[in-house]
Amino acid sequence: MDIETYAITVNGQHRRVPAGVTVADLALELGLEPTKVAVERNLEIVPRSTLAEVKVEDGDDFEIVTFVGGG
Amino acid sequence: MARGGEAVTSGDTWTVAGRTFASRLIVGTGKYKSFEQNAAAVEASGAEIVTVAVRRVNIADPKQPMLTDFIDPKKYTYLPNTAGCFTAEDAIRTLRLAREAGGWNLVKLEVLGEAKTLYPNMRETLRATETLVKEGFEPMVYCVDDPIAAKQLEEAGAVAIMPLGAPIGSGLGIQNQVTIRLIVEGAKVPVLVDAGVGTASDAALAMELGCDGVLMNTAIAEAKDPIMMASAMKAAVESGRLAYRAGRMGKRRYADPSSPLAGLI
Repeated sequence: MDIETYAITVNGQHRRVPAGVTVADLALELGLEPTKVAVERNLEIVPRSTLAEVKVEDGDDFEIVTFVGGG
Repeated sequence: MARGGEAVTSGDTWTVAGRTFASRLIVGTGKYKSFEQNAAAVEASGAEIVTVAVRRVNIADPKQPMLTDFIDPKKYTYLPNTAGCFTAEDAIRTLRLAREAGGWNLVKLEVLGEAKTLYPNMRETLRATETLVKEGFEPMVYCVDDPIAAKQLEEAGAVAIMPLGAPIGSGLGIQNQVTIRLIVEGAKVPVLVDAGVGTASDAALAMELGCDGVLMNTAIAEAKDPIMMASAMKAAVESGRLAYRAGRMGKRRYADPSSPLAGLI
């Protein structure tokens, strides 16, 4: 049985995800703790409170960032 | 009554965007050999605010240790920066993400002009400040040591003015005491020397000039013993602040004896 997948970009890398997953699902699949990251989709912030509701769409371009050491 | 030690520094707090802090030293979290060393240096510095950068998560290795595991964002105020941004747009985009990651509006804006000097691009910096303020951010702004530029940033809504003492990471110390003093005199918001501090006396000088605080990273991180240097910087900032408040003696062109001339044998 074929599962429909979407082609997306995460931090500049191409990936495929099953159709219908949410942004929170994507973060968890990547091994990330959704409460420790910030997500931008197609240059728009995805508020953390909505990560579990917003669906990933075909062609989406994600940036997922966190705090690192810096001056 | 004699005052000394903690008593003389207690109550001497400073406030930025409604948040009050006792420590006047802000430290960076870059360039350390390890997270452990970084955390120990922050502890030794007594800092209550640490600057942090915003970068892509490592998708290839998501379980590697993170800064937040070592420096607790509940204990320290994280001040996200825009290091590495060369346009207002990049800086604004970075800080929108930072606000979402951290959940607060207090941020450090820096828009750089070129890689060689890391001097701020003031046109872009001012433009970014205006946009950020409209979006509800409270930007502490890295800038040139120019009293007019500082005033323009304040008018645009910067919650703190942070002039460089010397180029970022150079450790050259405060190159223009006159302009730093003029900025301090003209500002109604806190002024912090950001960048250029190399050793403890540089930090003390910034405070003696009347700055509200000092921000540094490399001077501590690249010392042979970063934890000891963090202690030195804590003492220097406190000493410089006390000297400023105490009011230094006037300078004379020639000697003035400290022992009485009367009663000489």
